[in-house]
Amino acid sequence: MDLNLTPDEQSFRDEFRAWLQENVFEAKTVDELKRWQRTLFEGGWAGISWPKQYGGRGATLMQQAVFQEELALADAPQLIGVIGLSLVGPTIIAMGTDEQKARHLSKILSGEEIWCQGFSEPNAGSDLASLGTRALKDGDGFIVSGQKTWTSFAHIADWCLLLVRTDFEAPKHKGITCLLADMHAPGVTVRPLRMMSGDAGFNEVFFENVRIPSSQVLGKVNEGWTTAIAALMNERANLGTGVQVLFRRNLNALIARARSMNRSADPIVRQKLAQAYLELEILRMNTNRALTSLSKSGVPGPEGSTLKLYWSEMNQRTQQIAQEVLGQHAQLSDFDNGMWQYSYLRARGNTIEAGTSEIQRNIIAERVLGLPKSY
Amino acid sequence: MDFDLSKPQKLLKQSARDFLSRECKPERVRAAMATDTADDRALFTAAADQGWTSLIIPETYGGLGLGVVDLAVVAEEMGRACMPGPLFATIFASAAIVHAGTEEQKRKWLEPIAAGEMRATVALSNEFVLDAGVADLVLRFTDDGIEEVEGATFERTPAIDETRKLYRVDDRQSCLSEGRQDCLSSTIDIAAVALCAEMVGGMQWILDTTVAYAKTRQQFGRAIGSFQAVQHLCADMLLMTESARSATYNAAWEMTPLAVSIAKAYCSDAYREAANRGIQVHGGIGFTWEHDLHLYFRRAKASETMFGDATFHRERIASLVIDRQSSAAERSAEMLARSSSSK
Repeated sequence: MDLNLTPDEQSFRDEFRAWLQENVFEAKTVDELKRWQRTLFEGGWAGISWPKQYGGRGATLMQQAVFQEELALADAPQLIGVIGLSLVGPTIIAMGTDEQKARHLSKILSGEEIWCQGFSEPNAGSDLASLGTRALKDGDGFIVSGQKTWTSFAHIADWCLLLVRTDFEAPKHKGITCLLADMHAPGVTVRPLRMMSGDAGFNEVFFENVRIPSSQVLGKVNEGWTTAIAALMNERANLGTGVQVLFRRNLNALIARARSMNRSADPIVRQKLAQAYLELEILRMNTNRALTSLSKSGVPGPEGSTLKLYWSEMNQRTQQIAQEVLGQHAQLSDFDNGMWQYSYLRARGNTIEAGTSEIQRNIIAERVLGLPKSY
Repeated sequence: MDFDLSKPQKLLKQSARDFLSRECKPERVRAAMATDTADDRALFTAAADQGWTSLIIPETYGGLGLGVVDLAVVAEEMGRACMPGPLFATIFASAAIVHAGTEEQKRKWLEPIAAGEMRATVALSNEFVLDAGVADLVLRFTDDGIEEVEGATFERTPAIDETRKLYRVDDRQSCLSEGRQDCLSSTIDIAAVALCAEMVGGMQWILDTTVAYAKTRQQFGRAIGSFQAVQHLCADMLLMTESARSATYNAAWEMTPLAVSIAKAYCSDAYREAANRGIQVHGGIGFTWEHDLHLYFRRAKASETMFGDATFHRERIASLVIDRQSSAAERSAEMLARSSSSK
């Protein structure tokens, strides 16, 4: 056991921190955010987990965690190509044809093309495998019709990693195919949805007789569930190392506010803040343990589910504590620029997005504890 | 970074588990618990032969000179077996002598403790003294170190955890001392981490036992572990157990007051909650005297308050974190509030 960074990890941190100090800039619009990813790409910092032969750095999991932490510490803009970088790219590398790799990988890294993930549907949420978007064989391709929803980045995406049903007779997991869909193709319509926090960013996507060539099947026809699981594993292997830095900044701000409002001497406030602090520290420790275990086994397991369950529920408790400590001020849009009401509202989504707490508990029960399937 | 036990630590853990599953079966725990002292002398001696009384005693005094992580590894297995008697108190006393004893005291006491010939405990007040009735040496903190409590009588006070007995020291003595703050708190921090590790082991036993039961117990024609209501209780127990484990081993590695308080605050709540859920999943059988669950349910409550409950440790966290927040942190928080919105 050694909880210090190794010399390699430390020098990786120093190098990236120094690079960020030189290069980070504020970015809000789509063009600015694309320019930020381009800057990372040109500095050799895009897709660091990808193998070197595909333009990545072959970074270890611990280096990826350090990378996420440094981005958050530097207050760097969000990665607009995150779906491509963390989910689509690694899946194309693992399962794509040479042609697909040549066509897509470098444009994902540079941010020239933005990807979204067409998985959830109005009637296929937690039960994703029951999805009903239809792809009918038509010569050397498919004609796709149906609807996706909760699709982040779809309004600005060039491509979509799309799950469709290609066999209607087979059991639900066996009739799914994964396609690389051009979002600019005729028949694709995007309708933005607004979150209850006021944020835009996710969408409904409608496909009406959209033609997709067979060369754009990722993996094999009717084996798309395997591709989807591989993609989700890549996503969860990321383990949310970035969010904990955001939480840390948020909690530091709360403690500072509690002090400046003379609330920090109140014994009840002190109990609540200490509880929020210790829960966040334990998130950091749990994450480091999971990274160690994943580094040794090499196989993404259910660690992602336990961490997701922990941080999402923790953040809701902490935002409630923020509301209690700051009182009605926390509800005001002009108090601290509205950050407390925003954080409170945004946290409500945490236990739903990327797999509800109930689904995470099912996964833990079945895959970690070996309990019988419940459905 | 490597947040995992080393190979020797894994071997130590396995040998501790093997030893306890052979020597400290539930029947033996219950037999000890039914006595006035909960002292199974043969078990104590066998554990001492494994080196468990000498773990953190420096080699110059006949010990193994191991670290707190190694101590936690053994303590976790002790907690898993709900090991009865004065071994835990003796380890606590050895930490007190190592950290607060004079050279003379160390020479006098550490060697017989390491050899398993002397059982010891520490009185932090006149009440709630662990295993004083069977200890050959009862220590208390003074303003500048530790000393033996001599000529005192110890009266047993029956309490919720019958596997480790509590005693009251007679009024002619005063065992309540603030002591030298540094050595007192570093001693208690080591003992608290060892206790947290025991609590993690107890939680693991409850989780394993409960999951095994949920796989076999049938109702409505199927295993109750196939019902999500039961699955989710078990999943929460796993999350609490693993979080308690992370916090405990982090504290054993760091050994700072903050890390220790984080671990003890969390474990105090989590062990109780895991024990609650374990009994709930078992239903009626879990509420019987015959089932071993209540040994752990009782131990959870006793451990919750020993060396400071969650409220005590949260206050210590507050004094270390809130009261010492740097002005740099305040400035960056102000900037965040101006700029902002984050997830």
